[in-house]
Amino acid sequence: MSRESSLVTAQWVEDNLDTDGIVLIEVDEDTTSYDKGHIRGAIKLDWTTDLQDQVRRDFVNKEQFEALLSERGVSNDDTVVLYGGNNNWFAAYAYWYFKLYGHRDVKLLDGGRKKWELDSRELVSELPQREKTTYTATEQDHSIRAFRDEVVAAIGAQNLVDVRSPDEYAGRLLAPAHLPQEQAQRAGHIPTAASVPWSKAANDDGTFKSDEDLKQIYTEAGVDWSKDTIAYCRIGERSSHTWFVLKELLGQENVKNYDGSWTEYGSLVGVPVALGDEPGEA
Amino acid sequence: MCGATEGGLSLEGVNVAKEAVIQGQVLRGDEPVPNAYVRLLDKSGEFTAEVPTSATGHFRFFAGDGEWTLRTLAPKADPVDTRVVAAVGSVAEVQVAI
Repeated sequence: MSRESSLVTAQWVEDNLDTDGIVLIEVDEDTTSYDKGHIRGAIKLDWTTDLQDQVRRDFVNKEQFEALLSERGVSNDDTVVLYGGNNNWFAAYAYWYFKLYGHRDVKLLDGGRKKWELDSRELVSELPQREKTTYTATEQDHSIRAFRDEVVAAIGAQNLVDVRSPDEYAGRLLAPAHLPQEQAQRAGHIPTAASVPWSKAANDDGTFKSDEDLKQIYTEAGVDWSKDTIAYCRIGERSSHTWFVLKELLGQENVKNYDGSWTEYGSLVGVPVALGDEPGEA
Repeated sequence: MCGATEGGLSLEGVNVAKEAVIQGQVLRGDEPVPNAYVRLLDKSGEFTAEVPTSATGHFRFFAGDGEWTLRTLAPKADPVDTRVVAAVGSVAEVQVAI
């Protein structure tokens, strides 16, 4: 993958609003944001209801994902362009999710909803009508999804990249500062994990920094490009943003997103936890 | 966002005793700015969080004790930085003029 095949500009999206075969999808942390106005023609996916199993903590299964996209009118051949608020956190999460289920052509709108709004581009309230389809997903591609046991095994052996804010990494906060303080049982980070907040990869307007700048940021933080990498955050959405940078923009071969992330790891019994600003020992 | 009251956002449902709340409103002249983005930067200038303003231009963060900077981005305006000190058990009210 590369920047050209995985990222589109706001201008490209505006120029292609009426192009057949392109489906715009908004995915936001604030799931009401779409209802207040969205890019013309865009459909909505709700990450809390559409993309999560409503009983167990896990994703919807293959059949549920197929039913979801069929009902929303997305075809296997469509180019899916994702965007959202919060610097594309949940849009990047959905991007990774679409890749997990094998969608061929997925792209992110660079800068997401924020860039679109700061450019004063049009948002509309009318809902698009799309014909139902028969969508076929693949089995989950676990080469891009990490589970807890391989995360524990990666301590001191692979690159672990903690993309939360420095205060969350150090254990001074348990959750992002715009959310109430709750979640995992313990604060801190996975020992040996490098702290590279997701925001280092983005400009103030939410667009991604240049490949050269990105490479330098992760190199200086101690990422060993010869090793496999697992990215994590609190619930796997901000780490999808970093997974996108490492895998899709910089082309690193083996990068996984740990969607269990700190809310799982920080509640596990018996695993090592590091506190403070240093990575800690294996 | 509902519950806006004169003098700041309603704190109904927020356990102020346990939180270091930073909240306020973005204004262009006397007009609230509903489509701005407010970023919370820590004392080293590192990004910590970001929220879009509500229909009434309001925003809120749950921070921690210490010094923070709010960086406000809005269409057709230069970014504005505002220093603020937060403490658990209190509410720091901030007005940002763009």
